[in-house]
Amino acid sequence: MSKKFFPANKPPADLLVALQQAQTGVGYLTPEVLAELAGTFEIPVNDVYGVASFYSFLVTKPCGRHIIRVCRSLPCHLKDAEMIIETVKKETGIGPGETTPDGRFSFELTNCIGLCDRAPAMLINNDPHVDLTPKKIARILRDYR
Amino acid sequence: MPQLKIVLKNCGIIDPKHLQTYLEQDGFKALAKARQMTPAGVIAEVKASGLRGRGGAGFPCGLKWEGARNSPGDEKYVICNADEGEVGTFKDRYILENDPFSLVEGLAIAGYAVGAGQGYIYLRAEYHYLLEKLQGAIDQAREAGYLEGFEIVVREGAGAYVCGEESALMESIEGGRGESRYRPPFPTVAGLWQKPTTINNVETLMNIPRIVLNGSGWFSQIGTERSKGTKVFSVSGDVARPSVYELVLGTPLRELVEELAGAKNIKVVQIGGATGRIIPYAMIDTPLAFENLLGAGAVTVFNESRDVIDIVHRTMEFLAEESCGKCTPCRQGTEVMVETLARFCRGQGSAKDIKALDVLAETMALTSLCGLGQAAPFAVLDTLKYFRNDYEKQISGSQGVRVA
Repeated sequence: MSKKFFPANKPPADLLVALQQAQTGVGYLTPEVLAELAGTFEIPVNDVYGVASFYSFLVTKPCGRHIIRVCRSLPCHLKDAEMIIETVKKETGIGPGETTPDGRFSFELTNCIGLCDRAPAMLINNDPHVDLTPKKIARILRDYR
Repeated sequence: MPQLKIVLKNCGIIDPKHLQTYLEQDGFKALAKARQMTPAGVIAEVKASGLRGRGGAGFPCGLKWEGARNSPGDEKYVICNADEGEVGTFKDRYILENDPFSLVEGLAIAGYAVGAGQGYIYLRAEYHYLLEKLQGAIDQAREAGYLEGFEIVVREGAGAYVCGEESALMESIEGGRGESRYRPPFPTVAGLWQKPTTINNVETLMNIPRIVLNGSGWFSQIGTERSKGTKVFSVSGDVARPSVYELVLGTPLRELVEELAGAKNIKVVQIGGATGRIIPYAMIDTPLAFENLLGAGAVTVFNESRDVIDIVHRTMEFLAEESCGKCTPCRQGTEVMVETLARFCRGQGSAKDIKALDVLAETMALTSLCGLGQAAPFAVLDTLKYFRNDYEKQISGSQGVRVA
């Protein structure tokens, strides 16, 4: 049997916090983690998956080391977010919803991230990147190995 | 004098990482003053100020606090809603970046007034990079002894727009799916863990220390009859100077978008984000106040080159994706609207579609469980009212023929 993520003497406060911690620790929410949490909280694993799949920042499939989230909401759209999306596609060789074969990047489109005054904008992991231009993107991506 | 800094008075003045700089700007004096008063006295002051919620709904803050205070039970909670997810809103981000201390003070005063020993700040996952500063402000305030008897916990969201809705937010803090709850009971009676709870927007709480320190009489002189104080607007889109602007309530929209933000050739303005209203340029002199137009203060400007149907379609796509799915009118209604609007985008709409949109919009507004579904059809309703011709042009084989 695989090692438990949460030691018995340090149970998580609630399911959402547990999922957030597990994702930070493991990288994504593996079936093993979901099963363990079902046991911890004494609820069906379906319910654990129900919570995990509700939130867009929780990931239940293997993903890259770095997650690129390009904003596609209206304020960014008005500032040519399409061009940013195309540039990220070109630079990484993958489309939204995909992960690079080397596991370096996952690419997602996201709803408004509250950086509309500096549109177009994106998040890589938790870092905001604003006033994007195609030139800037290549430079930014280089820093995420 | 339309611009007035009440909420943003410390932004750019203090160092958000150092408590001392906040104390130099009368920081935590309001909390000390509040604790000299009775909780009922604090609530009376907030009620008299006329402060209404800044998250979009505009509920009187003092009444909400009084409701929770008067609900039976020893265990009560106060929550700050920092799940700023509305499209085009970034004022809370700006506030948290520049003055997290005022928020901590405001929440502590709320806790004192309501009788809550525990406060939560629910921060959206997209703002994780603000966590350190916010937590730093809480820790510094606690170490300096300002939070005696009151604990503040920051809870992070995980990427769900609907968690900005109060009951969904509480579900999320409890660890579950962020689905809206049926009401009644209201949160002031049975909120977080079914205990009496108040939940206030970041900007609402920012006003509290100012009101306590300067008095309700000072605050209630600012603004209009039914909208007191100022509002922080997030202006973006086709403008020269996208930014946050704090204006006295009642200021005409024109001053904000044309004079301050430098917009030209405006076609439409979306006020309040995806669940907000869409108005044509002809209404640019509308005063920004709860009695007219406000929402959470998102102001997205679209110039003459933009396609109204495309704006509505994208807005509806957002809402369909972010609907929590619990109630049918919202879950299915937004999906059907996306499909219908997509037909108009392709020039394949029909007169029947316009009628269907009308009926569906009314059904959603009347029967959805929470604000998301109730407000979801606004973009459609407003554009059908002001830009019906744009829809009619997109009817198959039509070149702008009137159909209704």
